[in-house]
Amino acid sequence: MKKGNSAIDPAQVRRRSQLAEIWRNFRKNKGAMIGLILIIIIITIGATVSFWIDYDKIVAMNIRERLQPPSAEHWFGTDEMGRDLFWRVLYGTRYSIAVGFVAVMVSLAIGIPVGAVAGYFGGKIENLIMRGADIFAAVPGVLMAMVIVAILGANVFNLMLAIGIAAVPGFIRTTRAAVLTVKNEEYIEAIRALGKSEPYIIARHVLPNCLSPIIVRVTLRIAGAIISASSLSFLGLGIEAPLPEWGALLNGGNKFVMTHPYLTIFPGLAIMITVLAFNLVGDGLRDAMDPKLKR
Amino acid sequence: MANNILEVSNLKKYFKTARGMLHAVDDITFSLEQGKTLGIVGESGCGKSTTGRCILRLIEPTSGKVVFDGENILALNKKQMAQRRRDMQIIFQDPFSSLNPRNTVMQTIAEGVKVRGEKYKTPAEVEKRVRELMDTVGLAQRLINSYPHELDGGRRQRIGIARALAVEPKLIICDEPVSALDVSIQAQILNLLKHLQKELGLTYIFVTHDLAVVNHISDEIMVMYLGQMVEKAPTEELFKNPIHPYTKSLLSAIPIPKVGARKERVLLEGEISSPIEPGDECRFAKRCPNHSEQCSQKCPELREVAPGHFVSCHNFP
Repeated sequence: MKKGNSAIDPAQVRRRSQLAEIWRNFRKNKGAMIGLILIIIIITIGATVSFWIDYDKIVAMNIRERLQPPSAEHWFGTDEMGRDLFWRVLYGTRYSIAVGFVAVMVSLAIGIPVGAVAGYFGGKIENLIMRGADIFAAVPGVLMAMVIVAILGANVFNLMLAIGIAAVPGFIRTTRAAVLTVKNEEYIEAIRALGKSEPYIIARHVLPNCLSPIIVRVTLRIAGAIISASSLSFLGLGIEAPLPEWGALLNGGNKFVMTHPYLTIFPGLAIMITVLAFNLVGDGLRDAMDPKLKR
Repeated sequence: MANNILEVSNLKKYFKTARGMLHAVDDITFSLEQGKTLGIVGESGCGKSTTGRCILRLIEPTSGKVVFDGENILALNKKQMAQRRRDMQIIFQDPFSSLNPRNTVMQTIAEGVKVRGEKYKTPAEVEKRVRELMDTVGLAQRLINSYPHELDGGRRQRIGIARALAVEPKLIICDEPVSALDVSIQAQILNLLKHLQKELGLTYIFVTHDLAVVNHISDEIMVMYLGQMVEKAPTEELFKNPIHPYTKSLLSAIPIPKVGARKERVLLEGEISSPIEPGDECRFAKRCPNHSEQCSQKCPELREVAPGHFVSCHNFP
């Protein structure tokens, strides 16, 4: 990197903060920037939509205009209750984004520390944690989430929690595997020789070198969480019928897929674009954070 | 002796394997004076690196005593040991894996500086100290924000040395610090280490398999074979008057830098015996050119044959 550095006066070599460094690398990646712009747009819509669309407009039925194809008046057409699909998809952003983020935060908050402890300390602790995770992972994620929602009660927050918890074993596994490869590196031994504490070593030296597989999993899981939420909504767990969550819209359009395909195409597109945006950003972030991939 | 900074006695490290206990380090005893260098030589897998790491407790020894500055460090608990680590450091063999790839030169060396946090409190003080250390080890200051992969092996090794020095240790274990480097750079690094020793009064344990290197830097040399110490003597004495047949064979393998020069090689035959559950016999017996009846019956004891010259062999009068 920094070609021609030798010609510069040493005193002029600026120190960049790590964040600035990552941003500088990230910016060079076109796909990642497109993804980031999409995510900013999606999040902005999600965060503000309740201020500029009246909720009544989303749920009010209008039987006379039911099942209309896309037109200048109704961009995405209308559903079987005569509600404008465009506005419903827009409003649904709120729920889908929230579910995606919160669920993954929950998985991360549990999965990374537990996985790191299992990988770093090994032995009996590792065995205990990993066998526990195996048992947990043996139950399909959606089923696990269903059980948790059933125990905690069906509402949006519990739904996010349940989806997050159901994905924890995957994060434990990914983190542990990455920690295992890093912990035996000589630079970790060098830091141990300096007499630093174990939590410090794990947080400052082991985990930063484990980021790439974790970030990839995060971006995939945000997408997965949105889809899980829609499945659960369909089963009546979590998001209730009139709320325009994307998965719920998708499942609502299910019955009309042969006659009115736009009812499934548009919410599907919304999910697809969101998932794609997160994946692009995740890939870009992974590359930007790897100092070896500079230049 | 009052001047001994390090006294190791009966140090043992056994590893559990599927086929039994692997005797990686078996009953090593030695002492080391402040400001001196002990070279540990031996072939791959003879336990020389393990010995070094056991002294630092990077690997927990099975038994034995390591008395550092009058204190048995194997008896210390985790917290006390973390304190003691400031006085002893390690420099690694491979400068490509001993530096965190995500940390800049500044961050790597600062890790060491911060161990002496009571002296360097503010970030500005830490940076000033890092720059000082970079000067000490001969790294250009403009490299302060570089990442390890942008630098060559010699420079990386200098970072590793600076990190170790930052802690202001008394003892540094050099685990083959030059064997991964080009020959021209090897000399630079060795001279740097020698210079630092004189300047800072450091004590080194120098682990290597390169006899030319060990001759250049050590005051004393310990030869290891399969986890045991077979001979230990002051450097000059060892090169002039090797007694153990393994040492003789090692020394005869040093190339002479002269066209047409030839010398008699002592070639070893036979296989290295297994370090797993070794019996009570001389471990070198199977390859020894002049082994006798006695050798396969009893493991020889270490004897002092001349002042400071120890050897473990039955066949020396």
